[in-house]
Amino acid sequence: MSVRHALLALLSEGPSFGLRLQQAFEARTGEVWPLNVGQVYMTLQRLERDGLVESDELAGDGPQKAYRITAAGSSELDAWMRTPPSSEPPPRDELVIKVLVAVQVPGVDVHEVIQAHRRQCLEAMQGFTRLKAGAAPDEISLPLVVDAELFRLEGVVRWLDAADARLRQHPNLPNDDRPREETATSRRVRVGRP
Amino acid sequence: MTVMLELRAVSKTYGTGPTEVHALREADLSVEAGELVAIMGPSGSGKSTLLTIAGSLEEPTTGDVRVGGAVVSEMSSADRARLRRRSIGYVFQDFNLLSGLTALENVAMPLELDGVGLRHARATAQQGLEELGMGELAGRFPDDLSGGERQRVAIARAVVGDRRLLLADEPTGALDSVSGEAVMRRVRAACQGGVAGVMVTHDAQLASWADRVVFLRDGSIVDQTAPPPGPESLLTPGSGR
Repeated sequence: MSVRHALLALLSEGPSFGLRLQQAFEARTGEVWPLNVGQVYMTLQRLERDGLVESDELAGDGPQKAYRITAAGSSELDAWMRTPPSSEPPPRDELVIKVLVAVQVPGVDVHEVIQAHRRQCLEAMQGFTRLKAGAAPDEISLPLVVDAELFRLEGVVRWLDAADARLRQHPNLPNDDRPREETATSRRVRVGRP
Repeated sequence: MTVMLELRAVSKTYGTGPTEVHALREADLSVEAGELVAIMGPSGSGKSTLLTIAGSLEEPTTGDVRVGGAVVSEMSSADRARLRRRSIGYVFQDFNLLSGLTALENVAMPLELDGVGLRHARATAQQGLEELGMGELAGRFPDDLSGGERQRVAIARAVVGDRRLLLADEPTGALDSVSGEAVMRRVRAACQGGVAGVMVTHDAQLASWADRVVFLRDGSIVDQTAPPPGPESLLTPGSGR
């Protein structure tokens, strides 16, 4: 989530103060993404430096300093909304690494490791669904944010299910005590070890 | 809380000798009134068998099933039929609606079979359909409804009246996610009214509506989610991983 563009979006509704922007951000995202007020002020200063917002100079630097979006800020916000987000996956997905390690380490049951992550994902999803179920009927930001988290976690669960099934079909896992032959897959797994 | 459904060391074996299949192995499960439990597991893990045994549609090879404290295997067949008709609501994957009856008649039927007056049964059924956004389609026959609409009729029929146990097999399978959510809100509302719910699903989003998710593998219950933590746990960095 770009805090920079979220603040521009909030300011596009009218001038506001740092603390009020922080509260509005958390309310709009259903408090799923907590935001430090220091982060808000630092981002506002950078936006001002870049000419995307301007402040009421007379009020000094205190909490009563009001910010408003500039024409350049509005153009930046409009362009950002239409630009595809960065779709590059993280260079090393931590969960994938944990499962790869569990395949390697002697005495570890990779299926138990997978189940522990599956259960934790479901517990997190239950929490998000409870948030959504408890939202007021006219609330829109919260269900949208929660759905995004639910779809992301559902994707993780589906990957865990697929990994579980694939590992069960595999004749020789690297940490299995039974004699095995070196395979292309097991070589790749060792290469991927951090 | 009252335990509404209890499975004690329930096993189910199909076939004998080399073709013997252990569909369920000593499964223990308790579901309280007001609780919604989701059963997850890969294909062939015993999910549907567990559901049909819980609903007394099939008998376990060994072990006991209790509904509302009564041992199902000790009931007469008439009592068991009454239990299924009066106390248990089912949502099957293929809906099992009667094609010669309208949506409204399908939903009202369990009430009418149970001796509820026609007018009252139909008014209750109409209200149940309206709660699922199906009020205007109450006069349609199942063949004139889409898959998703038929599914909502099946849900309305399963929760109508004074049910104590709701059993569902992939209850939102044919629905898009927003329509599926409406169904789950209805199921949750039924549970909040005191119904014990058990649903079988592959879908993690659907399962996340449950109070508890139970994981099944090779016929055994291997794990379950912890009781709900406070909402502040969602704000912990790295939750879900």
